[in-house]
Amino acid sequence: MKDVHLISLSVNGNEHELVVESRRTLADMLRHDLGYTGTHLGCEHGICGACTILLDDQPVRACLVFGVQADGCEVRTVEGLADGDQLSDLQQAFSDRHGLQCGFCTPGFLMLAEAYLSEADSSADPESVREAMASNLCRCTGYQGIVEAVCDVARSRHPAGST
Amino acid sequence: MKPAAFTYHRAHDVREAVELLTELGDEAKILAGGQSLAPMMNFRLARPSALVDITRVPGLDYLRHDADGLRIGALTTHRAVETAGVPDGFRVLPRAARWVGHYPIRCRGTFGGSIAHGDPTSEWCLLAVLLEAGIVLRGPRGRREVPATEFFHGFFATAAEPDEMIVEIRFPGAAPRAALTEFAQRQGDFAVVAAAVSLTIEDGVCSAARLVLGGVDPQPAVVDADQALVGRSANETTWRAAGELAAESIDPPSDGHGSGAYRKRLAATLVSRAFTEAATS
Repeated sequence: MKDVHLISLSVNGNEHELVVESRRTLADMLRHDLGYTGTHLGCEHGICGACTILLDDQPVRACLVFGVQADGCEVRTVEGLADGDQLSDLQQAFSDRHGLQCGFCTPGFLMLAEAYLSEADSSADPESVREAMASNLCRCTGYQGIVEAVCDVARSRHPAGST
Repeated sequence: MKPAAFTYHRAHDVREAVELLTELGDEAKILAGGQSLAPMMNFRLARPSALVDITRVPGLDYLRHDADGLRIGALTTHRAVETAGVPDGFRVLPRAARWVGHYPIRCRGTFGGSIAHGDPTSEWCLLAVLLEAGIVLRGPRGRREVPATEFFHGFFATAAEPDEMIVEIRFPGAAPRAALTEFAQRQGDFAVVAAAVSLTIEDGVCSAARLVLGGVDPQPAVVDADQALVGRSANETTWRAAGELAAESIDPPSDGHGSGAYRKRLAATLVSRAFTEAATS
């Protein structure tokens, strides 16, 4: 018999209640049970970072968390970034800096960058940004555009003197 | 790439976690940050029949300094150690944290989880052995502390019984001159070889030293390089000699990440680098 649990969680501010099997990863639960298909799954073992989301404001690989563990938590996915058709500053920066090509890894990079940029000591120093972004894999762009985009947003969100 | 079926149990305190482990038997595993266990389950290298989720157990997330040393709660994340203010003698811990996985891994993964997992290249396992930490366990027979030097029994095997849970790691003594360094093909990967060292220097002379290597044995390897160190001047020549002696005294395995001979050369270089960093820390 399946081991199932009734859980509730908030995704991008929307409340959800569902029954989930223990073995269901948070990534699969978001995609298949709740329809948040913006979260992409690459390696499914924590290497590529494509499924990075924010779980109670912390960046996590959604393939390494079980859905049942998100009970009572706040999840943020890439779907929560834009305001209707209006891209967020970070999404716009990725576009401006050509920080994506095929786009498969982009949701993970965006959520990883959101976490980095929300930290008090997030700096626009390319070395710090590069080290944080090293967590995720992109097979198209070569990372330069991604690093530049995150640096741009770090500068605009943390004006000189505050970082 | 999906885990096999298991039953999920959420513990709300240490007592409940231990009761669940006792009740569920040997095939149950503790789930903390899951940054090693979940990938192993996704690969089906691990197929626990039940998981006891301890991530919501309160009161196990702390760094505390008292007369008995520095105490780190089992659920303290790597990121918390990295960003925590620790007393001067323990600065090696936050400095070493940057070698632990990547930023999101460090946000989720826990100190106690790394110790319980027992990977022979784990930074925390090496430092626990180097600094002669005590691993504090709670089980149905009560609380006990196992010296880290006796805790690691081989690849992913430790002295913890299936019904015991790590609650704290206690670092008894300050190590003002200590360093950990390592080499991996890519930043954030598991180390091919890692070296952790501590030093005592008196009047420009090395009076005591301790050296632990990762990636050369199934568990953190304590290497005796006193002959090249104790009584010698605290300088580059000595650190290089210690590296060479360490390399001669190990017989590391060959695998896809490097041959035994390559690991020996890495050990020589990393030991020398670690002592240089420790001497100037």
